[in-house]
Amino acid sequence: MSANATILKGRTGDWEIVMGLEIHAQVASNSKLFSGAAVGFGAGPNEQVSLVDAGFPGMLPTLNRFCVEQAVKSGLGLRAQINLKSQFDRKNYFYPDLPTGYQISQLYHPIVGEGVVEVEAEDGTFFNVGIERLHLEQDAGKLIHDLSPTDSYVDLNRAGTALMEIVSRPHIRSPEQAVAYVKKIRTILMYLGTCDGDMEKGNLRADVNVSVCPVGNYDKFMETGDFGFLGTRCEIKNVNSFRFISQAINYEARRQIEIVEDGGKVDQETRLYDPTKGETRSMRSKEEAQDYRYFPDPDLLPLVLEQTWVDGLKASLPELPDDKRRRLMDQYGLSQYDAIVLISEQAKADYFEAAAKGRDAKLVSNWVTNEISARLAADNRDFSDNPLPAAHVAELVELIETGVISSKIAKEVFDYVWKGEGSPSEVVEKHGLKQVTDTGAIEKAVDDLIAANPDKAAAVAEKPQAIGWFVGQVMKATGGKANPAAVNHILKAKLGL
Amino acid sequence: MSDLTKLTLADAVDGLKAKTFSSEELTQAFLGEIASANPTLNAYVEVTGEKALAQARASDAKLAKGEGGDLEGAPLGIKDLFCTEGVQTTAGSNMLRGFVPPYESTVTANLWRDGAVMLGKLNMDEFAMGSANETSAFGPVVNPWKAQGDDAQLTPGGSSGGSASAVAANLCLAATASDTGGSIRQPAAFTGTVGIKPTYGRASRFGMVAFASSLDQAGPITKTVKDSAILLKSMCSFDTKDSTSLDVPTPDWAASVGQSVKGLRIGVPAEYLIDGMPEEIKKLWEQGVEWLKAAGCEIVQISLPHTKYALPTYYIVAPAEASSNLARYDGMRFGHRAEEFTSLDDLYAASRAEGFGKEVQRRLTIGAYVLSAGFYDAYYVRALKVRRRIAEDFDNVWGKVDAILTPSTPSAAFKLGDKQIDPLTMYLNDVFTVTTNLAGLPGISVPAGLDSKGLPLGLQIIGKALDEDTVFKVAGAIEDAAGFVSKPAKWW
Repeated sequence: MSANATILKGRTGDWEIVMGLEIHAQVASNSKLFSGAAVGFGAGPNEQVSLVDAGFPGMLPTLNRFCVEQAVKSGLGLRAQINLKSQFDRKNYFYPDLPTGYQISQLYHPIVGEGVVEVEAEDGTFFNVGIERLHLEQDAGKLIHDLSPTDSYVDLNRAGTALMEIVSRPHIRSPEQAVAYVKKIRTILMYLGTCDGDMEKGNLRADVNVSVCPVGNYDKFMETGDFGFLGTRCEIKNVNSFRFISQAINYEARRQIEIVEDGGKVDQETRLYDPTKGETRSMRSKEEAQDYRYFPDPDLLPLVLEQTWVDGLKASLPELPDDKRRRLMDQYGLSQYDAIVLISEQAKADYFEAAAKGRDAKLVSNWVTNEISARLAADNRDFSDNPLPAAHVAELVELIETGVISSKIAKEVFDYVWKGEGSPSEVVEKHGLKQVTDTGAIEKAVDDLIAANPDKAAAVAEKPQAIGWFVGQVMKATGGKANPAAVNHILKAKLGL
Repeated sequence: MSDLTKLTLADAVDGLKAKTFSSEELTQAFLGEIASANPTLNAYVEVTGEKALAQARASDAKLAKGEGGDLEGAPLGIKDLFCTEGVQTTAGSNMLRGFVPPYESTVTANLWRDGAVMLGKLNMDEFAMGSANETSAFGPVVNPWKAQGDDAQLTPGGSSGGSASAVAANLCLAATASDTGGSIRQPAAFTGTVGIKPTYGRASRFGMVAFASSLDQAGPITKTVKDSAILLKSMCSFDTKDSTSLDVPTPDWAASVGQSVKGLRIGVPAEYLIDGMPEEIKKLWEQGVEWLKAAGCEIVQISLPHTKYALPTYYIVAPAEASSNLARYDGMRFGHRAEEFTSLDDLYAASRAEGFGKEVQRRLTIGAYVLSAGFYDAYYVRALKVRRRIAEDFDNVWGKVDAILTPSTPSAAFKLGDKQIDPLTMYLNDVFTVTTNLAGLPGISVPAGLDSKGLPLGLQIIGKALDEDTVFKVAGAIEDAAGFVSKPAKWW
């Protein structure tokens, strides 16, 4: 992955992709945006629906203060402008999953305005993505078509759930950047506790606006702000995994290039990504686009926030990923790469810090990001659900640092510890894995070896690199527990090197 | 015992407390009147006799123990816009025929809390859209008043026509109503009753079928100013279920009625003297000014320059909000659903075409139009700006005056069917009343006299936001001076 813009070769020339993303993140909240109904996964159909959600006559929305707090926290996490005055608008359209016939959203005056997110690409470089806005809105319910051949069913459990829509500027230039951007937003929201980031459950999903233009036009757009330099965009919906985001963009960019190179015009439309076919297809064209007749919701007063309240939230924010990355590098002397891997999950970074106290941080980082990450992944767990106490990692690294075990034996020790056989010291004791630093024992092993292999000992004088065979044999004889440095030293002396 | 039905709310409550009569007797008396009158007047769409009697008996039990609330045992009529738990609520529409809410509106819940008895649900213009009660799916309400020497049936006005007619014909002690552009005050004026729309946010809109959220307010229609003060107090409350509800105490307005108005400054706005205003209305207005002058008020000529834009502004804002508020009537979860349809869109279209009457459809169409892309700025956004100016007009005069006196309506009650053909003429009925809805101010209509045909006319008093107190004082003074005691001769 790199921070570079993708350039696609066409028949008539080179093209670049320009993208803006709309991320819908479900607000982590126990109740809905405008009703007291519970929010949760796994409830039976229509079990989490209030009369407000179902749009009964005379029912009125009342704003959930906690959802507002979550949105403001998210805005602060995106280093964006918090609008002390915002307003809810109605987006009007008919659909059976929308009981009131309108979605309450924030078109004209969103709660959060401009911001910038610094995104790290995997090659270690960074790129900035402008945030246009973050606004609060209601989710719709769900239609179920496969229960009956003739009827459709409506489940309103999700109707009225609070979403944050985070709209980026068209600053994203490659599928890799798009993925990295979504990951970054997801990480920030998860750090803040404002969205659980669960993409499988649809709690974080992205719509991608894709357009293509001849190479060079993007820079002109950035200089002038003139969208005329960019191609016509299509909005791709239903890209609910990192893999799909990348696939959908690649397909869509190619499709648009072909149209333009064939002398055609890209229609501005909404397209749906079909993951089984790996293609996008038209959902509705601009002509079919509905007129949503947005207007301020007269049931809700403008939302006015106190600066002191916002300041209080700001002061209570956890350390954000960017700050944590910089601190881990400064405080522990970690490489940028290590720091980025550690901060990708808040619990991972916390775990690292808990284990790294007073230990070799690089070594701890290696254990956390390699062995432990791999084991957790194999068990389909993450660091928030990590059975291994950080103290065990600290102890393991201490045993290596103090020469009680070698790095190689450490892997064996880790195996036992992971299986739950006890702390690293207990495991070392129990399985007799202590490194042999007793030179007498090593000398005896070396003497025995030379005595048994006089020809090889003679050959070493001619070919000093053949000492490796002797090291291996001594380690084998001591069950891998011999201190490799001591073995080398003694061998060299005895073989006259 | 039919005399009991002629009592004012205040006297009835006193009589009940004094055990001069029981709530059951009083309720029976009203049910008897309703049974004989309703086939003609069509004020009630549903009479809840059994519920009323059960409530009455419960009230009698409380009263016997010397307990009970401010309205204990008082039989009221409820406009069919208020959701009543377990009792059909239709808002005068076929769309909601048969809809029985599993919840109670805050306004009616407050009334039951205070011991009121529900006689039934009152007819109204469909979704409160109308000024003659002719758009109701249950047929028009008939005004108990008739012009001298003319047997033609008259409209009680609208949209709270059922409420006004029922109060005027003694079919309840008092009634709840609602006012989006004049729907309390115009029917009150047409029927010789008192009706007040309080400051926006005084009464909760929770459980009230919405027409235009930023304009809708509940209020009472009663026989006297004092009765209005009593009933309004019960109806109003701060309600966390309505975000536009005001967190303010509800004063005891009844105590203000009858207090001196000496020294109060009363504004008379030049712009309310509209072209073509009947001489009788003008005269009544002048008479009102004289009465208040005589009572010690200072009369101040004022200007509310944006008044002429109020009606067009109202007929943009109200339909716009309605077009969205009524989108929930889609045939999916409750209400009317077309039986035959070919697609989802067709199901929506057919259900709504069948369920909504013509006037509702007209306003929803206007509303969708003024909000649509390309027209939004020219109509809706501009209307909001003008609305602000209209409110500022009032703000600018409050330093000079304490209340404003205007006619309630540009005419007396007209014949049923008279203005149906021309919606614009019908919309003119709201010309004096919409300003207070747009500005969120309290306005009351008090019967002040009869026209040459013997039909009642009303005067309107407009007050500052939350200053119902002054409004009630001035209304009481007008009521006193007018000595309006006329009742329609019983013909029904």
